[in-house]
Amino acid sequence: MNTVFYISSVVGVIATVAAITGFNAVHSLLYLIVSLLAVALIFFTLGAPVIAALEVIIYAGAIIVLFLIVVMIFNPGIEAVQREKGWLGRGMWLGPAFLAAVLVAEMVYILFRNVSVGHPAGAGPIEPAALGAALFGPYLLTVELASLVLLAGLIGAYHLGRRHDTEETRQEQHREQETETEEQRELTDMGLPR
Amino acid sequence: MASVPMEQGLLLAAVLFTLGLVGVLVRRNMVFVLLSLEVMLNAAGLAFVVAGYRWGQPDGQILFIFVLTMAAAEVSVGLALLLQLHRTFKTVDIDAASRMRG
Repeated sequence: MNTVFYISSVVGVIATVAAITGFNAVHSLLYLIVSLLAVALIFFTLGAPVIAALEVIIYAGAIIVLFLIVVMIFNPGIEAVQREKGWLGRGMWLGPAFLAAVLVAEMVYILFRNVSVGHPAGAGPIEPAALGAALFGPYLLTVELASLVLLAGLIGAYHLGRRHDTEETRQEQHREQETETEEQRELTDMGLPR
Repeated sequence: MASVPMEQGLLLAAVLFTLGLVGVLVRRNMVFVLLSLEVMLNAAGLAFVVAGYRWGQPDGQILFIFVLTMAAAEVSVGLALLLQLHRTFKTVDIDAASRMRG
């Protein structure tokens, strides 16, 4: 179990360094996903299978996809297709794929050798039932506070993300309306119906 | 079965946190700054889980769930700010927004 921990630590640190020093956002996000998967494997070796699943589902599944969507929003249009082809070239996915293959090998080793998770207290991994009982027992108030934090995040993201009706956009809209009415006037001058 | 010493787990968390901090300080592209913030929050959560593992209590894992919640709220607000920055200044360089109005 110790070797699994060490190998995933090395993979995680390498992937994090590659993610931070990269210059292409999508490549960095790929490396960050590998880093998060490595940390998830470490959570599994530390007797936290629920946390490992949450790490994969929420971090690698939700947050990174949010990042990807925003990066894709930045370059719409035809040239974006060409750029995406460059992103997914053959050379660039070899690094993340190799690191992820190491993690997969470790996971297969854990699952098929039936390695039990070591624990200093000798109690084994913490069961999901114990986690849930603690979460909705002594920590109930904190769960409510977490819901407030999420609500604040929702409102903040909505407020900051909407398109503000600034002076420029208002003038643009006004100009568009004027040109439309002029076109309609020309059409009526030519005797055509609106 | 040998167990992982707490010092090594905390060392890994410290290394990951330092990498994230260096990323926040060095990078000027806001996408990478937010990405480094995620690395830092993840390292903090790892430290919580390692501590909970050392004493065999579920509290560390519960705190990780709260760190996860906070990270999700933070990244949604941060990405909204990133969109606003791109819309206002037509760039994702965080130094473009170094001046305050008012």
